[in-house]
Amino acid sequence: MTSIRPRRRGPRRLVAAMAALLVLAGCSSAADDDVVRVFSARHYSLEPAFEAFAAETGVDVEFLYGGDTELRERIAAEGEDTIADVYLTVDAGNLWLAAQDGLFQPLEAPELDGAVPDNLRHPDDLWIGLSRRVRAIAYDPEAVDASELSTYEALADPAWEGRLCLRRSVDTYTQSLVASLIAAHGVEGARPVLEGWVANAEIYNNDVEILDNIAQGDCDVGIVNHYYLARLLDEDPDFPVELFWPNQDDRGAHVNLSGGGITAQAPNPDTARQLLTWLATDGQSAFVDDNFEYPVNPDVEPVELLQQFGDFVGDSINADDLGSHNREAVALLAEVGYE
Amino acid sequence: MSANAGPVTRPSPPAGGPGVRRGILGWARRRRSGVRGAWLAAAAVVAALVVAPLAGVLASLLDPSTEVWRLLWETRLVEMVASTFVLMLGVVLGTVLLGGGLAWLTGVHDFPGRRVLSWLLVLPLAMPAYVLGFVAIGLLDAPGPLQSAVRTLTGAQGALFNPRSMVTAVVVFVLALYPYVYLLARAAILDQSPTPYLAARTLGLGPTAAARRVLLPLARPALAAGAAIVAMETLTDFATVQYFNVTTISVGVEQVWHGMYDRGAAAELASTVLVLAALVIGGERLLRGRARYDQRGGGHGIPPIRLRGRARWLATAACLAVLAVAFVVPVVQLGLWSLDAESLGLGRQFVGHMANSALLAGVTAALCVVVGLVVVNATRLSRDWFTPRLAAVANLGYAMPGPVLAIGTLLLLVGVDAALGAVGIEAGSALVTGSVGAVVFAYVVRFLALSSNSLDASLERVSPTTTMSALTLGARPLRVARRIHVPQLRSGIGIALVLVAVDALKELPIVLLLRPFGFETLSLWVYRSAAEARWELAGLPALAIVAMACIPVVTLFRLQLQPGTRVAEPQAPAPASSSHRRAGARRATRRPRP
Repeated sequence: MTSIRPRRRGPRRLVAAMAALLVLAGCSSAADDDVVRVFSARHYSLEPAFEAFAAETGVDVEFLYGGDTELRERIAAEGEDTIADVYLTVDAGNLWLAAQDGLFQPLEAPELDGAVPDNLRHPDDLWIGLSRRVRAIAYDPEAVDASELSTYEALADPAWEGRLCLRRSVDTYTQSLVASLIAAHGVEGARPVLEGWVANAEIYNNDVEILDNIAQGDCDVGIVNHYYLARLLDEDPDFPVELFWPNQDDRGAHVNLSGGGITAQAPNPDTARQLLTWLATDGQSAFVDDNFEYPVNPDVEPVELLQQFGDFVGDSINADDLGSHNREAVALLAEVGYE
Repeated sequence: MSANAGPVTRPSPPAGGPGVRRGILGWARRRRSGVRGAWLAAAAVVAALVVAPLAGVLASLLDPSTEVWRLLWETRLVEMVASTFVLMLGVVLGTVLLGGGLAWLTGVHDFPGRRVLSWLLVLPLAMPAYVLGFVAIGLLDAPGPLQSAVRTLTGAQGALFNPRSMVTAVVVFVLALYPYVYLLARAAILDQSPTPYLAARTLGLGPTAAARRVLLPLARPALAAGAAIVAMETLTDFATVQYFNVTTISVGVEQVWHGMYDRGAAAELASTVLVLAALVIGGERLLRGRARYDQRGGGHGIPPIRLRGRARWLATAACLAVLAVAFVVPVVQLGLWSLDAESLGLGRQFVGHMANSALLAGVTAALCVVVGLVVVNATRLSRDWFTPRLAAVANLGYAMPGPVLAIGTLLLLVGVDAALGAVGIEAGSALVTGSVGAVVFAYVVRFLALSSNSLDASLERVSPTTTMSALTLGARPLRVARRIHVPQLRSGIGIALVLVAVDALKELPIVLLLRPFGFETLSLWVYRSAAEARWELAGLPALAIVAMACIPVVTLFRLQLQPGTRVAEPQAPAPASSSHRRAGARRATRRPRP
């Protein structure tokens, strides 16, 4: 009878080594004077901006990126154990919610007063905007004349049937734009606009897909964040899509805010304040230029490539009010059958 | 006496002959009753650990968010459930046909390139579905190379077709997920004894009929295990489906959580995914009835049918075609994209990301196999009705959308931390998100089903009478597990290691939420780039994931599944055959329900 010999070729040693690595990988200290830790849902150009900050101030920036919602939930769940000093997001809704849930402490930085306009910061000083991403209309100049374009609402007109390209309702930019419509017209006023969009539009998964399809001739108009087009134009100056600033004669173009605040339980509130102040002032260009976003600080010029888009009037609604309408926006999107 | 032994996973005690019963009862009397209790306890601990993070989330069911449910009911719910069903059905059918078909083709036939192709066909396992999804859209969309070429050739205008559809989604999932079925089905075919198949052939059945009536029924547990894995992967996906505008329940979970900021309602919606998964698994078990699949004697595999003439090359071409579409084309596309990137971001960081990914995958795979072995052995060795139920519960983590499991784990650890704090133990952030421990824990909860399904499919081939004989002869359960089950489970263990390691490499939502500061992995890098539609930056890390995932896949094949070095060698018969010498043939007995 054959016996089965169990073979052990050092798996124990391997397991022990891995366990040791696991423990080591998890080691990090919490409170230091010369460091600031950032939870960021923003991905672009963080490293260059943070490196510049470290070089100027001697304060190192460590960051962890993730989704807006997940990071907010994590800060809330970790409570006083959190090591996050700063929460950066790309979505006004999550800023509003974080402020509501008491996850921020007041910034109390007088340097910010002239640097960030009032509608781009929290009324009670809990967070500030750091960059502006404008939700604009992109169009195919071969199929559309700029004089045909006016407002987001006008894209609900049956004239655009089969010609409009929009982003999915799961997307935070879509929700935020609808929230701005609700803020302007109320839920019932926004409903016919959305119904018109749904009747006219083809739905895409991201803004680059929309722009590629406009360039290819499959869409005539789309609603996108301006910097996606800027990025494509940076790669190919002849990219055949034009940008139009909507609603210039009424409330202005819808602006998505990327911003942040100091967490309520921040181990290092002072360096956190230092970082946010720097990002809104001296660090504005380092923070926004790489991704072709508009600075919030009126004294800072946008990057050169954006000049071809011309000046625009942004919706002056406070981002905090916008966030409060996000829930209704999602409900309305579902009710009208927006994909 | 062996013929009357009850099926392993049935709650009812075996209606064994007096000999068996006396033996077993005698054994139970002789041994301290605590020995078996230990297995039950182990299974209970595992089940409790899996349920704990889910419970935190599911607790919201006690206080349902009626307002959100009313809204969902009036708007998208029916559509979401329908899309989820259609998608799951299509993907399961597709993967069983493709994966099972390829396993049958490469396992039972001989054609040019068979040996190399049979392991190359596992490589698409390394391709994350979300990566294949964005590659598919990039290639097939109206501005993409395919439609552009056709337009240039034919002079047609505009979009020829829209790749954002349920059909494309199903195809992408099938291509990404068929290796799960293929691997398990192939192992089942290779571990089979040729006798029943040859008997069927001798009795006049053609090769296809013999495959259908003998091989297929014997491979059923493997196909079912693979299909269950595929179904759960499809159910819990929330990223890939969105490329194709398919709104499943998991997408609804994200919408309710991220857009309406209602975690409670999102969790309630997620629990319907659990229910669907339970229906799928339970349904298969029910259809299987009391059939048993244990086989005696070592498997030698079926002597390959030599294909002739055009059929040989058709077989080669079929395998190559699948490989090309599911693996070669996307890899080339990713390579081209990463060539486009201005900076590849190579360097210190990149090596660190790879090391972290490898560490997580290795630790998770090892732990999942160890815990999986405990679960399947407990099921086999226990004779109460309760342990198999616990084992089923231990598989639930895989049926929960990743983000929901992640938040559940976070809430659980915070709760434990608070409880420890209340009794004066200050764990600080270390317990919660201060180490990779939280990620590993959530990974084991999530991927345990992968390992226990693979191990279980392997163990189905071991006759329960073998286990009983060993117990009757006085071996302690632990010794039975170690000396009899584990050696026979070697192909299952290999597959479990590979499946878990590869899935852990690809995993995103859990590591995204629970990782400690400064811990970055390749999948996070792909996410960071893909989240903002920077495919060119996602190409390199995606390729790195694929390359790393290939390592365990290739190793598995070299070590275990090549003919000649397989699990049970003819010259080293497993104990199963030694205790049942007279029964040379294997069985796939299907008995009517009593």
